[in-house]
Amino acid sequence: MKKDPKGVLIGSHYLSGNQACAEGALSAGCRLLSFYPIMPALEVSERFLSRAKQVGATFIQMEDEISALAAVLGASWTGKKSMTVTSGPGLSLMMEHLGLGVMLETPCVIVDIQSVGPGLGLPNRPSQGDMMQARWGSHGDYEIIALAPSSPQEMFNFTIKAFNLSERYRVPVAVMSDEYVAHLKEEVVIPPANEIEIEPRRYYEGPKDRYLPFKRDEDLVPRMVDIGEGYKFHVTGLTHDDRGYPIMNEECQEYNVHPLVRKIRNYVENIVEVQETHVEDAEVIIISYGATSRAALKAMEQARSSGIKVGSLKLATVWPFPEKRVAELAKKVKAFAVPEMNFGQIVLEVERCSHGNANVFFVHHGEKGVENTDNILSAVKQAAQQNTVKDGIIECE
Amino acid sequence: METLKTKKMKEVHPMENVLRMDRIPHIWCPGCGIGLAVTAFAAALEKAKIDLNKVAIVSGIGCTGRVAGYVKLDSFHTTHGRAIAFATGIKVANPDIKVVVFSGDGDLISIGGNHFIHAARRNIDMLVICVNNFIYAMTGGQVAPTTPLAVYATTCPFGSVEPPINIPYLADSSGAVYVARWTTLHIRRLTNSFIEALNKKGFSVVEVISPCPQYYSRVNRLGDGLDMMKFYHDNTEIRHGEDTKNLDIGFQSKIIMGKFIDRERPSYTERFD
Repeated sequence: MKKDPKGVLIGSHYLSGNQACAEGALSAGCRLLSFYPIMPALEVSERFLSRAKQVGATFIQMEDEISALAAVLGASWTGKKSMTVTSGPGLSLMMEHLGLGVMLETPCVIVDIQSVGPGLGLPNRPSQGDMMQARWGSHGDYEIIALAPSSPQEMFNFTIKAFNLSERYRVPVAVMSDEYVAHLKEEVVIPPANEIEIEPRRYYEGPKDRYLPFKRDEDLVPRMVDIGEGYKFHVTGLTHDDRGYPIMNEECQEYNVHPLVRKIRNYVENIVEVQETHVEDAEVIIISYGATSRAALKAMEQARSSGIKVGSLKLATVWPFPEKRVAELAKKVKAFAVPEMNFGQIVLEVERCSHGNANVFFVHHGEKGVENTDNILSAVKQAAQQNTVKDGIIECE
Repeated sequence: METLKTKKMKEVHPMENVLRMDRIPHIWCPGCGIGLAVTAFAAALEKAKIDLNKVAIVSGIGCTGRVAGYVKLDSFHTTHGRAIAFATGIKVANPDIKVVVFSGDGDLISIGGNHFIHAARRNIDMLVICVNNFIYAMTGGQVAPTTPLAVYATTCPFGSVEPPINIPYLADSSGAVYVARWTTLHIRRLTNSFIEALNKKGFSVVEVISPCPQYYSRVNRLGDGLDMMKFYHDNTEIRHGEDTKNLDIGFQSKIIMGKFIDRERPSYTERFD
């Protein structure tokens, strides 16, 4: 799986987040899209499909989201970089195969354009209500990687990054966007192919009869081969040994699942990416991700101009959570303010990682519009005045 | 005087080429028909004159779901009911691969029923082998969508009240290009069907009626595996080309077998290109 520059549409474009996501996938070398129609995610598929013949990509509209991700997993084993795109209810249906993807260590990308739940919710309004589901939604123990873009440009960049991480760690990677970023139109600059970093697939190179599908390299990631090359390998979603054969006992469970977790946890520092602004002198740090960080950065500037020392920690990677950095900052600041378009998900991680060293204010964001800063500002002001550390999360009205 | 030297022969299983001998013994119960279906499939692989490096096999969950693990091909043991969806991804991504789905009636027709219908409708080029033992066996004998009326199972202790599905009829009406049914007694005909279907382009379905002595015939007092084979011997009839509407199976009723459908339709990948 080498670089395939055919998909790179060099230049400056005016694109929606969804369109930029499709361009990111094509630039990353994604050549298979399997999906089920759902708003507000559909423009990703439409853009991909309109360019598919031109770049030699293929696609299939499946009968539901369960089969959409199943087909992605099958396709990935043929050596084609593969992706699916969905929204909340579809992500719920994909949870079974997210787990299978983790167990079969199959590189693939899942794009989730979050809309408001639960149930049918508000299908065309933005939300960040799937963040915990992306981390914990499938049964059993595993680690996952999830990125949260906040602009069309980041939709492009993070989709490429998602493919790279999925190939590097052999795990499904989620791009957790939302309706606001998906439908926001901005300038997106697509660099030439030689300036786009592409992580190659980790192929096995050795005698065919010695190939073991789950024999791990030192960094705990096993090597892949493609279907149809004569390796005649077996993989199973059951607990398995290096040969991919099911072994039904606790020892093998440990042997199998420990590395699934460790191959991510041991490399958290390499995976995690955060963007810090004005954290050096900050008394209060706004921790945000996705669309919400647009308002967070604005609120930070507004607070600074009124004399409050506020910084911003924007999470590009939400999973694995940057717990070390948050713990360090908790010792330096009075408080964190965490705006989210949900009723408190990532704030739970912030509170956990603060270890009682800083106050944690939760801001239920978005009611007055995604770019509105009122609630964040009032939380920041409240946080700056609070000189003692209180137990638990402080919810702002 | 010459001494007769006997050279010790290396013992080689005749199917070592197509079966993973390091995984034998298999998990299936004595009298179970899945092993016979696998034997027929292994024989078909050797006789079909196809490049075995280019064949992938996908199974779902259940007793038959274990088949992928015993066959020496690129093989995938996937989630319950989703083998066809997983296999669709393989076929669409690389049309040069011949894809076989080998799974059971509960897996393919109940939880995977929707994928079955849509893969047939799209005419995805794959062979689906459905071992039908009329019961969920791995979980201990629950009523399945194929269980004949009045049959006892752990989840229908007073006899099944749900009319069963007719698999060839479902496959036919959904658009399959090749549909056949045999029992595990009719190994030679079953093998020939597999060979035909492996060389057929499009969505092909072979239903294999198989005994489950542990959870079907024991609970319904039908004897053991051998008794079931005797039943198949006495109560089956070959009717090639029979209208698939007429292929319902009742409790201990006559089983109609044969090749019912063999037609041409452009496959999904042919239309896509």
